[in-house]
Amino acid sequence: MGDVLIALTPATLAGLWYFGISAVLVIGASIAGAVLTEIAFIGTERRGESLLDGSGLLTGLLLGLTLPPGLPMWMAFLGGVIALGLGKVIWGGLGNNLFNPALVGRAFLLATFPIAMTTWTTPDEAFWTFRATNFDIPFTYTEVDGITAATPLGLMKFEQQVMPLSNLFMGSTSGSLGETSGLLLILGGIYLYIRRDLDWRVPVSILLTVLVFSATLGLFDSERFPTPLFSVFSGGLLLGAIYMATDPVTSPTTPTGTWIFGIGIGLLVVLIRVFGGMPEGVMYAILLMNAATPLIDRFTQPRVFGHMRGDND
Amino acid sequence: MINLNPLSLFSGSFRHGVHPEHLKAQTQDLPIQRVPFGSNYVMPLGQHIGVPCKPMVKKGQRVRRGEQIASAGGFVSIALHSPVTGVVKEVGEFRTFDGNFSQAIEIEADAFATQEPNIGPAIDWESMNIEQFIQAVQGAGIVGLGGATFPAHVKFSIPEGQRIRYLLINGAECEPYLTNDHRLMLERPDALLMGAEIVRQKLGAEETVIGVELNKPEAIEAIKARIQPGDPVRVVSLEAKYPQGAEKMIIKTIFDREVPAGQLPRDVEVNVNNVSTIVAIADYFDHGMPLIERIVTVSGPGVGYPANLIVPLGTPVREVLKFCGGLKDETMEVIMGGPMMGRPIASLDAPVVKGCSGILAFTEGQTLKRKEFPCIRCGRCVEACPYFLNPARFARLSRARMFEEMKDYFVFDCVECGCCTFACPSAIPIVQLIRTGKDQLRNTQASAK
Repeated sequence: MGDVLIALTPATLAGLWYFGISAVLVIGASIAGAVLTEIAFIGTERRGESLLDGSGLLTGLLLGLTLPPGLPMWMAFLGGVIALGLGKVIWGGLGNNLFNPALVGRAFLLATFPIAMTTWTTPDEAFWTFRATNFDIPFTYTEVDGITAATPLGLMKFEQQVMPLSNLFMGSTSGSLGETSGLLLILGGIYLYIRRDLDWRVPVSILLTVLVFSATLGLFDSERFPTPLFSVFSGGLLLGAIYMATDPVTSPTTPTGTWIFGIGIGLLVVLIRVFGGMPEGVMYAILLMNAATPLIDRFTQPRVFGHMRGDND
Repeated sequence: MINLNPLSLFSGSFRHGVHPEHLKAQTQDLPIQRVPFGSNYVMPLGQHIGVPCKPMVKKGQRVRRGEQIASAGGFVSIALHSPVTGVVKEVGEFRTFDGNFSQAIEIEADAFATQEPNIGPAIDWESMNIEQFIQAVQGAGIVGLGGATFPAHVKFSIPEGQRIRYLLINGAECEPYLTNDHRLMLERPDALLMGAEIVRQKLGAEETVIGVELNKPEAIEAIKARIQPGDPVRVVSLEAKYPQGAEKMIIKTIFDREVPAGQLPRDVEVNVNNVSTIVAIADYFDHGMPLIERIVTVSGPGVGYPANLIVPLGTPVREVLKFCGGLKDETMEVIMGGPMMGRPIASLDAPVVKGCSGILAFTEGQTLKRKEFPCIRCGRCVEACPYFLNPARFARLSRARMFEEMKDYFVFDCVECGCCTFACPSAIPIVQLIRTGKDQLRNTQASAK
C-alpha cells in the first residue's frame, strides 16, 4: 500500500500544480470521508491494524484523483464514505471486496450528482484561486463562476475536436485531478513494477487492447473515431489501467485470467467511449470486469503438477 | 527480489519456486569433522517412515559398535545398530526432538573402547541378486538421508513389469544454511561414485545422473574429476532455486517428466536418492559400516562455531551444540533440518536421528513472528507453488475449517515445501494452515475406519 501511495505522489502533485488549492480540498475531503468511515465501522480491536495498512487512505486518494476539481467538498467526502462503506467494509474489509472501492464511490457520485461530476474547470487558474463550488453547502447548488471546459474526450465526442497529444502527455488539459498527466502516471506504474507491486499483464493487456481496437475502428472511419494514441492518453485510462484495475483484491490471480480481465476492460472502454452515451467509460469497464473476476479465476486455474488437464473440474 | 539470474531463463528448471538467500557461507568451506564420542546414546526405534524396529537387546547386554540392536518391524522398516561399543542401559520411553516420547534403546559408551570408524570387511555386492541386495540395504538400516527417512530398500524394490532407466542422485541441497551434502560430494566423490555404481548395476539402470545446484561449483568439479571416460555417469548443474531438491521437481528439471499425482518416480523409470544415502550404501558395502552416523550441518546465527560434523546417531543435540561452542544467549529457537522444511526441536536432550541433516540455531531476527495482514489475493503464493496449487485458497479454507473442500483442491498434492509462506507479503502462515488442514483430514479419515 505504501508503495502505491508513493507511486501516486507525482500524479497527485501534478494535480496540485494544474488545479491549485482545489485539488487539496477535493482530495482531502475524499480521503477524510474514506478514513473516517473505516475508523467508524471497523471494530475497535482491529482498528489499529486496519488503519496501519493504509488501504483506506489509498482508496480515498484514488477516489479523489478521479473527481473534477470544482466538485463540492461535501460530495467528495460523501463519495469517500460510500467508497469505504459500500465498497469495502460491508464485504468484510480488506481482501474481501468484489469491486474496486474507489470506483464504487465514484459510480455513486456520478449517478447521484451527474452535473457536478461532469462540470470540468480549466487548469489555467492561479494556485490560490478558490473555486466557489468547492464550498457549496450540502444539497444547495451554485452557478459555476469559473471558466469551464469540456474534457478532451468530451471535446472529441461531442464537438469532434482533438486535443494535441503533448497536452495529454504532460497534463495541461481539463479533466479529473489525477488523470491528466500520462507521463507521471506511467512513471508511477514503472516504479510499482520494479517494486513488484503490480502485475504488468493488467495495464499492458488493457492498453494494447485499446490501441488495437481503436486502430481497427480507425480503419472504418478515421474522422469519427479517435486515434489509438489519443485513446490511450486521454481520460482516466492510464489512471484506471495502472492503479485501479491492478488492485489485486479485485483482479484475477491466474496469469491467463489476468489477460482475459485486461482485454475485457480494454474492449469495454472503447465500446463505451465510442458507442455509449458518455464520453468516458473506464470506470464501468473496470467495475464490470471486477464482477467477472471470480468466474474468470475459476475457469483459468492452472493444471496441478502431475495431474491431467480437466482434473480440476 | 527480482530474479536477475540469466541462467533461469534458459536452464530447463521446474516452474515456480522461490529464491531464498543461500546463507551457506558460514559452513561451506569447513571440512567435515568428527564429533568426539560421548557417554550416552539414545536410539529411537522409529527414526524412519514406516513400522518401528523391534528391539533385540536387553538391559545390561554388551554391544559392539555397528552391532545390530533392533530388527525390522516389517517390510517398510529397517534394522538398527549401536553407534558405539558399550552397554545397553535401558530399553524404554525417551523424549524425541518433536517433544513426544518414543520407544528407544539407551546405550552407555564404554569409556575404554576405541570406537573404530571402520567396522568390518568389504561385502561382495557383485554376486548378490536384487533380493539379496535389498535385504542387505534393509539390514544396514539405510534410509533416505535427505530428510524424508523413507527406507532405501523399499525404493529399490521395483514391481514386476517396471524398470528403472535412470538412477538420479540428488545433490541439489536447496535448503538454505545446509552444507552437509556439499561437503560430502567435495570430500568423498569416490565413495559417492562407488555407491552410485552399486545401485545402478543392481537396479539395471542405464545411466547415473548426479544433479547439483550451481552454487556448489567445487562439488560439481570434484565429482567430474573422478568420472572416467566411458562411465555411465553424468553430472548436471541445476539452477539454485528452492525446492530444486524435491524429488518430483528435480525429475522435472533434469528429465522434463512430471511424475503423475499419487505415483512414484519409478513410474517414470527414475530412482532418486540423496547423495548421503548413496555414500551410506558405499560405506556399508566397502567396509561393512551400517548407518550409525551421519553428517550434520550445525549453523545459524545462534551457534558459536558453525561446522559440518560426523555425528554418531543417538548423540544428544546438546552435546553436538556444546562441541560447536554452545548456543549464544540470544538464541530463540533450534530447529532440526533446513529453515524451509525443518521442525523446531522441543528438547536439546533429544538425540540426533537419521533424518537430521542440520541443527540450526536462530536468534530474534529469524524467529520473530511478523505482523500478519489480510490476504489481498496478490497471487504471489500461487506463482511460488511448484505444484501449481492455490495456497491462498487452502489458507482461507483451513481458517474457515472447511477441510473437505481443501481435499477437492488437491491439498494432498502439497509437499509442505513452504514456498507460499516464504512468498506471502502479508505474512500469513499459509503452509502451517495447510498442515493443520491435512492433519484434520487424516484424523477424520482415521476415525472413520
